[in-house]
Amino acid sequence: MRKGDTILFEAPPVILAQGAVGGKKEGEGPLAAQFDLLFPENSLGEATWEQAESRLQQHCLELTLQKARLPLERLSLVLGGDLQNQCTATAYHMSRTDVPFAGLYGACSTMTEALALAACLAAGGCVEVAAALVSSHFCAAERQYRTPLSYGGKRTPTAQWTATAAGCCLVAPDGTGPRVASATFGRVRDYGVTDLTNMGAAMAPAAAETILRHCADTHRTPADYDAVYTGDLGLVGSRLLAQLLKAEGLEIKNHTDCGLELYDVHKQDVQAGGSGAGCSAAVLCARVLPALRKGRLRRVLFLSTGALMSQITSQQGMSIPGVAHLVELVSEEEQL
Amino acid sequence: MTYLWAFVVGGLICVAGQLLIDLTSITPARVLVIYVVAGVVLSALGLYDPLAEFAGAGASVPLLGFGHLLAQGVMDTVDKMGLLGALCGGFSAAAAGITASLACGVLAAAFSHSKDQN
Amino acid sequence: MKITVEEYGRLVGKASPHSKLLRDCLWAFLVGGGICLAGEALRKAYMAAGFVRSDAGCMTSVTLIALSAVTTALGWYHKLAAKAGAGTLVPITGFANAVVSQAIEARSEGYVTGVGAKMFQIAGPVIVYGVLASTAWGALYYFLRPWI
Repeated sequence: MRKGDTILFEAPPVILAQGAVGGKKEGEGPLAAQFDLLFPENSLGEATWEQAESRLQQHCLELTLQKARLPLERLSLVLGGDLQNQCTATAYHMSRTDVPFAGLYGACSTMTEALALAACLAAGGCVEVAAALVSSHFCAAERQYRTPLSYGGKRTPTAQWTATAAGCCLVAPDGTGPRVASATFGRVRDYGVTDLTNMGAAMAPAAAETILRHCADTHRTPADYDAVYTGDLGLVGSRLLAQLLKAEGLEIKNHTDCGLELYDVHKQDVQAGGSGAGCSAAVLCARVLPALRKGRLRRVLFLSTGALMSQITSQQGMSIPGVAHLVELVSEEEQL
Repeated sequence: MTYLWAFVVGGLICVAGQLLIDLTSITPARVLVIYVVAGVVLSALGLYDPLAEFAGAGASVPLLGFGHLLAQGVMDTVDKMGLLGALCGGFSAAAAGITASLACGVLAAAFSHSKDQN
Repeated sequence: MKITVEEYGRLVGKASPHSKLLRDCLWAFLVGGGICLAGEALRKAYMAAGFVRSDAGCMTSVTLIALSAVTTALGWYHKLAAKAGAGTLVPITGFANAVVSQAIEARSEGYVTGVGAKMFQIAGPVIVYGVLASTAWGALYYFLRPWI
């Protein structure tokens, strides 16, 4: 059923299992114990960073299937993406994995985009089991979006650190596990931010807009949820999100940002926090979904936010458009 | 004494660059272009030579000094070759620096590999 | 949402922390000054070894470039630069770091289309506009020479 921009699932699809893998810095962060697999060395034995990310995703999918005790053949579709040009990390992984694949790009919003689409397909009877699979790799992203790794540059205090991480959710029409109760696909918002080292500021309006629309569509407020998670707004974007919502008359006290959960911003030298598609994917799969499974959280709004620029558009002086997608996740016991 | 002045003048030139980066929205790549062009201009105006005399490497090591080198080089070749020298001087003065960087780059690419910052 | 682009711009300005100016400048001063001091020591040493003044300057640059290349390849230069900012950017070592780091990074794309083509991606503008400015100055100098 559809209300405004929000899709309310009459028979909410189930997340059968989730898996999170991370790299070195993620393993030194506060969420280390909750990852399924951590690599002490970000090359994963591959010759290039691009292939290392591909391998990271492969480990993530394999271990998630193992957790769900499902063979690969049971997957109807993989909805996946990453930050590399033309989504090659996912494509090369899929070339070694014999399942149907649809590639997605939503920058850092890809995890929620994939999960929401997987839920729609599951609810519509189009898939038996769909995987939402998203990754990012610090070294591959740095090389592509910024400067060479050994180039000497100073990071500004608003910059964010791209996570080396991947997350995977297996979504089915029924089964046991947390459910996707509703989903709101975001609209692209551009508020004129051009600073590539201040992505949180570029994405905060999109996040505020999606939360406002979801709340208006469902007649709820953020207080009706145990927590509201955003993808990777970081310190600056989180501050701006609260201010934007307050200006619209919405107090948000239970907000947590994945970029601030994944790393310890005071100790790990990540400036304003984590970012990257893998950031929200890993926090969703390492922290939020396990907490819903154990009943420590019962009802959560989860958003991933993406900055939709490229190297070329930003050099051409274009500002950074942002998008934010939202899913409402409820634990198995919770009434809808 | 030139050691002290090399340190102080070189340090101050770097501080000026840092102020440009922190206080304006000029990117580091642009700061470098500004520096090298400013070096050419200052040298053309005859202002840089006295500084180089006074501060030694403190004036020649920062990129302003690279601009100075280019401007001096072009004057030498114009003196020797006439107008055609305007086209040759810059590169011949910068040749050692550029070629050394280039050779180091290829060697480093052959013997080193991309390293993680995490 | 009701907020306009201009209002949001002001909000962003207020919410974004600024660089710590004093600390950044102190680092830039000490590290940048230190690199120049090392350059001066090298220059004196080359002059003592019998190089004429201009050759000693050239040898100093080449030595600093080589040192920068080695520390870049070992992954040390960017660690220093993360603190030193312009202190490692503005000296000739920063130019060498831009060339060498790009060359190392492009290695996986091959020696010709990778290393060869991309090496000057960051440092190129310095050469282009430096040489262009020197050419303009050279032409000007040619016509002004009778009066200088």
